Amino acid sequence: MTTFDPKLDPYASSRETTEGTVFSVTGGDWDSLVSEIGESKEERIIVNMGPQHPSTHGVLRLVLELEGETVTEVRTGIGYLHTGIEKNIEYRNWTQAVTFVTRMDYLAPIFNETAYCLAVEKLLGITNDIPERASVIRVLMMELNRISSHMVALGTGALELGAMGPMFFAFRDREIVLDTFEEITGLRMNMAYVRPGGVSQDLPAGMTTKLRGVVKTLRKNFEDNAKLLIGNTIWMKRTEGIGYLDLAGCTTLGITGPVLRSAGLPWDLRKMQPYCGYENYEFDVITADTADVYGRFLVRMAELEQSLRIIEQAIDKLDKLEGQPVMVADKKIAWPAQLALGADGLGNSLDHIREIMGSSMESLIHHFKLVTEGFRVPAGQVYATVESPRGELAAHVVSDGGTRPYRVHFREPSFNNLQSTSAMSEGGMVADIIGAVASIDPVMGGVDR
Amino acid sequence: MSEDQKGMFGASGTGDTSGYGGLVRTAASNGSTERPYGGYFDDVADDLERAYPDFSDAITRVVVDRGELTLHIKKSRLVEVARILRDKLKFEMCMGVSGVNYPDRAGAELVAVYPLLSMTKNQRVRLEVATSDLDPHIPSVVEVWAGNNWHERETFDMFGIIFDGHPGLTRILMPDDWDGHPQRKDYPLGGIAVEYKGATTPAPSNRRSYR
Repeated sequence: MTTFDPKLDPYASSRETTEGTVFSVTGGDWDSLVSEIGESKEERIIVNMGPQHPSTHGVLRLVLELEGETVTEVRTGIGYLHTGIEKNIEYRNWTQAVTFVTRMDYLAPIFNETAYCLAVEKLLGITNDIPERASVIRVLMMELNRISSHMVALGTGALELGAMGPMFFAFRDREIVLDTFEEITGLRMNMAYVRPGGVSQDLPAGMTTKLRGVVKTLRKNFEDNAKLLIGNTIWMKRTEGIGYLDLAGCTTLGITGPVLRSAGLPWDLRKMQPYCGYENYEFDVITADTADVYGRFLVRMAELEQSLRIIEQAIDKLDKLEGQPVMVADKKIAWPAQLALGADGLGNSLDHIREIMGSSMESLIHHFKLVTEGFRVPAGQVYATVESPRGELAAHVVSDGGTRPYRVHFREPSFNNLQSTSAMSEGGMVADIIGAVASIDPVMGGVDR
Repeated sequence: MSEDQKGMFGASGTGDTSGYGGLVRTAASNGSTERPYGGYFDDVADDLERAYPDFSDAITRVVVDRGELTLHIKKSRLVEVARILRDKLKFEMCMGVSGVNYPDRAGAELVAVYPLLSMTKNQRVRLEVATSDLDPHIPSVVEVWAGNNWHERETFDMFGIIFDGHPGLTRILMPDDWDGHPQRKDYPLGGIAVEYKGATTPAPSNRRSYR
């Protein structure tokens, strides 16, 4: 080993030009690596895939041990997107935390918010006081979000396996959903729309009519991808029998969501342990029996239609509940959501400002205390679950009786399910890892939090 | 919270005198819940007592709060109880492990919380195991529920709880050479003060705040 000379890069020879030093990057230590392998009788090679790889669904790093083109070992490296949200929440009040958790799994923000808010409401003991209209809006938003999330799963999954068309269709449809979100909440993603006690504001006027149109358009649009992929020989060759994980494997690894349902078990928290009034909606739990990438694809495709069914029922309910409150009556909890959607986005309600600044000193004092201090939550711990597009999303929330969460932990389905990468890919071909990872549909923001 | 607090506890160490709310903050009870627990919780407790003769020795407290059942387990008995719960009581899924740090609880500063799910019976139970800061060891349940592998690595990473018997207990979210365990209460949040137009906003952990 020679001593290191900073001017002399061992992997790139350099020459001086008028523009400065120019390096010519050569193979580096590749030659020595190849000669080493040439001497060995095995064709074993270790490949580092990611964290900056277009097919790994974000900053996921896979360390692959290959024997020819067969994968013998997969190790998964995560943590590249760790943002310390759980720690940060401990320094914010109970309502502010919503703005943080919505950024965890960024493809399913409404689910993060709902899981957290259900936990806080359980701690406060106000679960039964949540107005029905708020619960229906939550269901509506969650199902729209499930569609937009599945659209990314299907579109990028297909793109990673080399199919360009499905991606265009999927993102066209996702755009329709995101536009709807923008109209309702003011934001396309990370909306902080669901708040402890209800939702931040009611739907804009005439929204239910628009939503009916959206459902109609989406139902028609979904046919495009169905025609393109279901039964497509090339697509099936890349997905059938790939990423196999049976029911026993799923249970052992704590897998939930479409991956579990693709193994044949109709386990869906919306049916089994309903929340937000899901027991009042008619829908089917979709399963497949193939336990492979194709099965998971079919489950997600069919869940789109079930989500549309739930949305239609939610719209009917919303029409009946027109004018009902969307926040609990207790103003101590409800204040932070007294916002209004103006032309320039979500902001303070002008009526509220007029009251505190112009007419009531007591209102101003309450406003000040509630904004600076927030509300207190009785001591204890709860575990609230929702069925996110990726499986059981749960918030374990601990309160010490103060104005800030003592500890919030998210049981992220992406984090848990990503553990199955090795079980799905080892023994298969290297190209099939992509399909297996795509079928788990991990979102690294949720995995690393 | 370790003890009850009364009166002007909103403000601390600052000039804020408006913190008087006349509120009483009650400490979480340290006792067991009396039977009947209600719902399926009695069945779970009965089944476990029948299947596990050392129940009264291994399980220190049974708490039912806000419709959730928590079994506080001695850490030396955790794996035994876990195995019985999985094999006899059909809690086939462990949804992970979450750590909680209570610096005020002498001898039980670090707590590991395991939410269990029985898909067969559609039931949930929570296990809680406490250990001391000086001896942060808890036996690993990866041999019972393999899916807890990454969850235990995360809790080790964030709280420094060492799960004995884990197949590869390394950091998972933080870099391998990181110092300290970020989710502990004595670990600072960090951040820097931001100055804008002459006014300075301190970092979130240094702001005047209410407890």
